[in-house]
Amino acid sequence: MKIRTFSAMIPAVLLIAAAVAAQPVTVENLEAQDSPDDAGGAVELLWSLSEGTDFPDSITVLRRAPDGSMELVGTKPGVSTGHVDTGLENGREYGYLVRVHRGGEVAAEHGPVSAVPAAQWLHSKRWGMLLILIVLAGFILYFIEQGKKGKELYIRQIAGLAAVDDAVGRATEMGRPVLYVPGIMDMDNIQTIASMVILGRVAARTAKFGSPLLVPVSKSVVLSVSQEVVKEAYLEAGRPDAYQSDNIFYLTDDQFGYAAGVDGIMVRERPAAIFLLGTFYAESLILAETGRSVGAIQIAGTAMPSQLPFFIAACDYTLIGEELFAASAYLSREPKLLGSLKGQDVAKLFFIAVIVLGVLAFTLGDLWEPANEVAGFIRSLTRVE
Amino acid sequence: MRLYVPLAITFIAGMIMILEFFIPHQPFPTLGDGVKDWYTIVASSAIFLGVLNLLRVHLKKIARRRKHWRYSPVTIIGFLSMFITGVAWGVTEETPFYYLFNEMVVPMGATMFSLLAFFVASAAFRAFRASNWRASLLLASAFLVMLGRVPIGDIIWRWIPGAAESSHPYLVSEIAEWIMQVPNMAGQRAILIGAAMGVVATSLRMIFGIERSYLGGGD
Repeated sequence: MKIRTFSAMIPAVLLIAAAVAAQPVTVENLEAQDSPDDAGGAVELLWSLSEGTDFPDSITVLRRAPDGSMELVGTKPGVSTGHVDTGLENGREYGYLVRVHRGGEVAAEHGPVSAVPAAQWLHSKRWGMLLILIVLAGFILYFIEQGKKGKELYIRQIAGLAAVDDAVGRATEMGRPVLYVPGIMDMDNIQTIASMVILGRVAARTAKFGSPLLVPVSKSVVLSVSQEVVKEAYLEAGRPDAYQSDNIFYLTDDQFGYAAGVDGIMVRERPAAIFLLGTFYAESLILAETGRSVGAIQIAGTAMPSQLPFFIAACDYTLIGEELFAASAYLSREPKLLGSLKGQDVAKLFFIAVIVLGVLAFTLGDLWEPANEVAGFIRSLTRVE
Repeated sequence: MRLYVPLAITFIAGMIMILEFFIPHQPFPTLGDGVKDWYTIVASSAIFLGVLNLLRVHLKKIARRRKHWRYSPVTIIGFLSMFITGVAWGVTEETPFYYLFNEMVVPMGATMFSLLAFFVASAAFRAFRASNWRASLLLASAFLVMLGRVPIGDIIWRWIPGAAESSHPYLVSEIAEWIMQVPNMAGQRAILIGAAMGVVATSLRMIFGIERSYLGGGD
């Protein structure tokens, strides 16, 4: 009996479902607001679409002109839920209408809504990052001052950097060159910049020991900077005569062309020490394994997590992530730079504490509501859009 | 002067980029775009430096018959072939440049890339040698990940009586996924967070002129 009643209901249910499905979709909850986090001059119109599958052909956005007439400022597809009107004057109120079009006719009109565009002085979704930057800069500046005052700053030993002198010395003893590969990215990459800083330190040592230094590069700007850095290091070491500009040369911008060129240099010149420091992608292991095959002592370093295992497997020493950026301070032992490194480490400890607090708060959130609020605050602090 | 002008440029450009990130108000977006445009202009112009350096180094090598000079004509001929065909006939489809690029440059690049498979094998052989407990742990986790990433891993597991009907019929791939998503991801994120801090600290050191070695000595 029950089964029969249910069967009788099926057509009715299907009819209702079909009616709902065919129901025309229209615009709901239309609102206008100043476009957030910009230099002003823009208004954001947002709306939602009602339930159904019969979407409109198009949705148009009209803005009220100074003379009171409406002018078309945007035509959107029938599935869109927003529009940003740009090129406006800050501080002036703008009124809008949104029209829904079907079959060439205006099926519905929504609005008017209005908003006043304005510029913002602080990006609302980046204040957390600003706070982090201020904390980090604060720690760094404090420890730089400590370093300047002559306070002894303990920096843990980094094996890869402690081996730089050994590697260059080995090349000198063997009468073979030192090969320095600064990665495949341009000077707008911070790892390449860090690599240039280390190149200066390595060049100072090759100048002192008298070993030839080969620097093949894959970007023209990097070529220019490398030449300057090495030249200055040789001048500083009092060996301008030993500087060979032809030893710092451009190969190609092509990733695997560059890898082939560097591999060729490794096989032909058989360097005794190879430095692979900078940004590397798929060519990392091709370079490191070839370097290993020629018996060179290899010191690699990158902040690319996906390439680190390759370097660890194929090189003698690997600078992992932040160690690449710490290299200059470590090698120079200059108090100001060591102070900045110490500040960075203390800031890291602080942020580890914040991360642990966030994890604990999120975990306890199910049991204790205030913990959820703490977790939410930390999440908003660390989120950047 | 030679030291202070670059330091001033670095400070101004760096501060503009920092302020542009946090302050959407004019004039910072315009100034930030300007700095980026300048970098693009400088980098585009610098391509000639690279080309000139390539030609100069190799022509010098040939002229002075330096060690391995015989490779240099190959480089110069390769460069000139691409340059001349590109300038004379353009770089669109059905041109000699396009042919040279697709039939020579691309296969040669692919050949270099394919070498990676062999290098991965040789590096893995060395890295996974169970010489101590840490290397053994690495070997075990690598073995499970490799096995879990191919169908045969779960097939082997399901051969065990009762495994297919258990609550984990795809246990090997589940373990591989767990290794990748939990310990591996945690390690990667730790490296990334450390690197990000290093990036910020290095940038601050340069912007404020604390790190000057890239200008050549002069700490």
